[in-house]
Amino acid sequence: MNQSNDLQFDYKYGFSMPDTSIFQTKRGISPEIVYQISKIKNEPEWMTAKRLRAYEIFLTKKMPSWGADLSKIDFDDIVYFIRATDKQQNSWEDLPAEIKETYDRIGVPEAEKKFLAGVSAQYESEVVYESITKELTKDGVIFCDMDTALLKYPEIVKEYFGTLIPATDNKFAALNSAVWSGGSFVYVPKGVQVKLPLQAYFRINAERFGQFERTLIIAEEGSIVHYIEGCTAPIYVTDSLHSAVVEIFVKKNARVRYTTVQNWSNNVYNLVTKRAKAEENAVMEWIDCNIGSKVTMKYPSVYLMGEGAKGEVLSIAYAGADQHQDAGAKMIHFAPNTSSRIVSKSISKHGGRTSYRGLVQVMPGATNSSVFVSCDALLMDENSRSDTYPTMKIKENQVEVQHEATVEKLGEEKLFYLTSRGISKNDAEGILVNGFIEPVTREIPLEYSIELNRLMQLEMSGSVG
Amino acid sequence: MLTLKNLSVSIGDKKILKKITYTFEPGKIYAIMGPNGSGKSTLAATVMGHPLYSVSSKSKIIFNKKNIDKLSPDERAKSGIFLSFQTPLSLSGITIYQFMRYALTGRMDPLEIRQKVQEFAKKLKISEDMLSRSLNDGFSGGEKKKMEVIQAAILDPQFVFFDEIDTGVDVDALATIAKFIKKMHSPEKTFVIITHYNRILKYLKPDRILVIKEGMLVKEGNWKLAQVIEKKGYDNL
Repeated sequence: MNQSNDLQFDYKYGFSMPDTSIFQTKRGISPEIVYQISKIKNEPEWMTAKRLRAYEIFLTKKMPSWGADLSKIDFDDIVYFIRATDKQQNSWEDLPAEIKETYDRIGVPEAEKKFLAGVSAQYESEVVYESITKELTKDGVIFCDMDTALLKYPEIVKEYFGTLIPATDNKFAALNSAVWSGGSFVYVPKGVQVKLPLQAYFRINAERFGQFERTLIIAEEGSIVHYIEGCTAPIYVTDSLHSAVVEIFVKKNARVRYTTVQNWSNNVYNLVTKRAKAEENAVMEWIDCNIGSKVTMKYPSVYLMGEGAKGEVLSIAYAGADQHQDAGAKMIHFAPNTSSRIVSKSISKHGGRTSYRGLVQVMPGATNSSVFVSCDALLMDENSRSDTYPTMKIKENQVEVQHEATVEKLGEEKLFYLTSRGISKNDAEGILVNGFIEPVTREIPLEYSIELNRLMQLEMSGSVG
Repeated sequence: MLTLKNLSVSIGDKKILKKITYTFEPGKIYAIMGPNGSGKSTLAATVMGHPLYSVSSKSKIIFNKKNIDKLSPDERAKSGIFLSFQTPLSLSGITIYQFMRYALTGRMDPLEIRQKVQEFAKKLKISEDMLSRSLNDGFSGGEKKKMEVIQAAILDPQFVFFDEIDTGVDVDALATIAKFIKKMHSPEKTFVIITHYNRILKYLKPDRILVIKEGMLVKEGNWKLAQVIEKKGYDNL
């Protein structure tokens, strides 16, 4: 805990570089802009058509009437596409100095030094830097940005793109389908086990620029992969929109883990649709940590389609002043012997608001399925708020269901207990919070859980927002 | 050495301690007795710096010649005061090892902490698997109290309040705890045992017994006073 003194500086990632983008669309969205985005990228016609259809759907879809307040989003005041550099860079040295400096400050090269399998970092709309180890390529693993994937592997992309989260799913999925740019593409062939986590960092660096990355992961039969995304963003006065779509296909006996450490600055609307389809005996795990953003609405889901499939969502949400984290999980059991587990930990401080919103649905015929839901909320002061909206629709009798929910107030008594042992009040709060989220952080690779604990400490020390 | 001068304490409008003046000396064991709600625990918590108790501006708390009134609980702890809680709180996700590592950051090596925790646990008859669990989470009364004693032993403070270390503890555990505390004591240390019962005092043989009633220090004597209290009760003192 002695490192907490080092953390008393301003928001570590709250710097912004001069805007040197070489191309961007004008503010607002129209069929012309959607068309323009597709043309600039030299996309196949089917994708252009898909985008334009998605745009039509976006117009007809209503804003969600539930969840967080989204009334401040002005779709006409957003730049939907920016290209930061004119071509892909394949080595760190080739990157423009400013972008490199930004990455240096987030620590991308350090992560690479730690022998992480692949670093693919998205700067504004497109991935400008990536490296894939020879071993991955040798095994036939594909890890690149979505734009590249569309040009190089159009058949695979066409087969899966938008089949799990169609544009019709919700307004923001439609918007993403129309204007998406960047994101990661991961393809793991049958039986291949990727030993080190694949990593991608996302960052927004243009005022009022919406980032609409699109990620597609396909894990073929018996394969294993762990994908990690970490987000940090500079602070701006006006609101930014981040609306991603992530689709994951976990084939028979395959295993995918998707870890997110979301630390957008506190003016970002983070509205993300994440869904995975798990086939027979497949395992899908979402580890979702939301610390930053102004508003987050995100409910990673798993469709348990095959017999014996397992789904898990472990999530942490932290809401400080003027933040609303409306997060949760969805588990839909379609097949027998499927199991799902949701563990949600939320922390509210300085008047922040967290909501757990979950849906567990067991369809008829999904016999011998088991459901476990546990949502715990920790309130750090009297002004903060936490709500739980758990929904269970169980349409099968032979199902084991467990549901637990707790709300704890971090009282004076507990803090007194820790401080009476010689621990400062600030550290004591951090220790209690870290203990509270421990069931989730222990699932995260060490360097991430340390970073996460530091971020939490940083947020709670009040030096942010 | 701890000196209380005119110690008056209240929570909101309610006065709990009234003008207590007393000096606790090094090398001695004290017992504080008194009926429920008389202010015994308040006294210990106040010395430790509990934020909910307000201390009268006319009061003074002096520890080793220094006025500690304005110090926060962690600063008081670092100056050598320890409070063994009557109701130890459970810490989810935090083991005793981690807890003591946080408390002793920069002062003791984690490996040494681990060894000491294990050594004391063994002496207190706590099984090793308890040490890797969330502290006090689902622990029995006796286990919780033993964990308090382990913390006191590792932090090695000069001044310790044991607040009802004997309640919720079975006969065997009581003997184990009392013997351990007796061994911990040394000529530099002051121990204050807050209790309702004579049985722990039989092991510890306190030098002085203090009786607090309705927030006031009403009687002080040698350890025979405890026997008198046991026979006659507090009302007939």
